[in-house]
Amino acid sequence: MNNSLIAQSFQNAKKENRPALLTYTVAGDNTKKKSLEILKSISKYADICELGFPHNTPIADGGQIQTSAYRAIKNGIKINDVFSVVRKFKKFRKNKPIILMGYYNMIYQYDENKFISKCKKSKVDGIIVVDLPYPENKIFASKCKKNKINFIQLISPTTSKSRLKKIVKDSHDMIYYISMLSTTGGKLKVSPKKIIQEYQKIKNQNKSKNVVIGFGITEKTIRSLRKADGLVVGSAICKEITRSIKKRQNTVINVTNIVKKLKNKIQ
Amino acid sequence: MKLKKNIPLIDQHDKYGFWGDKFGGSFIPETLKKPVEDLTDKFKKLRKNKKFIRKRDFYFKNYIGSPTSFIKLENLSKHLGGAQIWAKVVSEANGGAHKIYNATVHALICKAMGKKYIVGDTGAGYAGKMLSMAAKKFGLKCKIFMGAKDIRRQKPNCDAMKKNGAEIVPVYSGSQTLVDAVSECMRYWVSNCDNTHMCVGSTVGPNIFVKICGWSTAQISRELKTQLKKEFKKIPKKIKLINCVGGGSSAYGFWSEFIDYDKKQIELIGVEAGGPKKSKLHAAPLSRNAKIGILHGAASYVCQNNEGQIQETESISAGLDYPGVSPIHCFLKDSKRARYTYATDEAALNAYKMVTKFEKLNPSLEPSHAFAEAIKIAPKLSRDTILIVNSCGDAKKDRDILRERLGKY
Repeated sequence: MNNSLIAQSFQNAKKENRPALLTYTVAGDNTKKKSLEILKSISKYADICELGFPHNTPIADGGQIQTSAYRAIKNGIKINDVFSVVRKFKKFRKNKPIILMGYYNMIYQYDENKFISKCKKSKVDGIIVVDLPYPENKIFASKCKKNKINFIQLISPTTSKSRLKKIVKDSHDMIYYISMLSTTGGKLKVSPKKIIQEYQKIKNQNKSKNVVIGFGITEKTIRSLRKADGLVVGSAICKEITRSIKKRQNTVINVTNIVKKLKNKIQ
Repeated sequence: MKLKKNIPLIDQHDKYGFWGDKFGGSFIPETLKKPVEDLTDKFKKLRKNKKFIRKRDFYFKNYIGSPTSFIKLENLSKHLGGAQIWAKVVSEANGGAHKIYNATVHALICKAMGKKYIVGDTGAGYAGKMLSMAAKKFGLKCKIFMGAKDIRRQKPNCDAMKKNGAEIVPVYSGSQTLVDAVSECMRYWVSNCDNTHMCVGSTVGPNIFVKICGWSTAQISRELKTQLKKEFKKIPKKIKLINCVGGGSSAYGFWSEFIDYDKKQIELIGVEAGGPKKSKLHAAPLSRNAKIGILHGAASYVCQNNEGQIQETESISAGLDYPGVSPIHCFLKDSKRARYTYATDEAALNAYKMVTKFEKLNPSLEPSHAFAEAIKIAPKLSRDTILIVNSCGDAKKDRDILRERLGKY
């Protein structure tokens, strides 16, 4: 998948001598329309956009993303709506990669094959499934690959060395490194130096893989990790959506400002 | 789908942890892979370790108070006519319910792994109370995750947890019941798995937790087997073992020694929570034909909508108020070894009234569901049929609900 949009985005960032910026928002937060507007607006600054398909029993998400997910579900988002958000977004900005992220039960109920073919039709570039680890994800990952969709493997500080090797070998264009033992949105409890060291261990396996770091990344911490190929910000964005709704302010403008600031920090 | 003989059901899974090719597994975030693997390896060794088994048996006997008694409910049997009704009074166990077996084993494992902190989920509060007791006994720091709704309706058990020095973490997300408590507990473990051991309160969750819990509660059926032989000289020809099923830990424990028997000789009947008569909501994924889904790291029949969002459940019994069920019960259902049905809130309350009227027994709302089924079928059965109900919890914790619904406790 050398020429995937995801791989290209990393190359483009590298040319500018900076990490790629990845954002995470929840589809349907707080409405279908709003989440599409947010996505369109932040994609001006973000290199890759992760879009969550919300589940009401998330076992690895912290408070901020849970709040966004519950809000989206309450407002009626369905899987097919998630695909339509992607389709509309891709019409607007066809070269910006979109990665869908969520929990396996949603895919299982939709039917794996149907889910993947719908992803392909909607021009989804990658998929992250939080609770489908290696090696259980082998079949699903190879189905993705056949359809030219990146399956993104996760690696965490608890991943053993032998396991890490196998995961890297089986990965596609991008690998997601979880910075610390935490759910999403936790306070960064490990020093950036230590995180970069662990990150380097993955890079040493295969330099050509694009490794991004996520969990605990905010305006305050992003700069300290800029050596990475890419950095993911999710909870900080979801938190801003919650804050803006509470204050009856424009979510699109506020969230875009945050993403713009994040981008400036790593430029 | 077929069961194997002479192999404990908890071990009849494939290398990915699936029973019958599709139930169970370990759908967990990457961060938990290592701690789950470590726990799996440790448990594999410990269950073969004679010293560990001796320790377990010592605490089962001297701390839990095993064996619990096996009694005939003469008055109830006479009143209903038909089959003989017996009870295995597991509520006699230290703490008042079967949850003490799993909690004790987890505390022993936690010690053996050199971890000082233990966390667990709870619905009715029994799993939490027992874990707090075991933690205190073995000198571990304990945190219990409990839905805010359950904290309100099971106050006596919360008081006990606090008395034992455990911290109760109220969970306000979702329906504020057991399902959310388990999610929050797993999230906590994701963040603290380096120094903390997690106990899942029933035979649910990733494969290893199903196994540990089933291995622990199996003590109930080992005792019953001995007691049956003593009482009847040999295992009787017509037995029905009736047990309530929420996650399914007490039912598996009650049945495990008898699964290899022909179902014509020993029938296994699981009773789920049917919820209020007038409500569409329930907590009965097996008997009301829910679809297979993934919840809390395992595939099982799950109450959910078409999209895969987990559905709210409703039951008077906090201990059964859970949208999923153990993968081993799904396996027992699909292999047709066990039969599953449900009792409504009202039926359980009526059963409670009747049992307490005729017998010196005070079953909690969970086993009252099982009694409801026994009361329903006993009159239609022959006198040589032995119905045995696992009275797996004591009603002290339900005093507020019983007072409200029945006007007395």
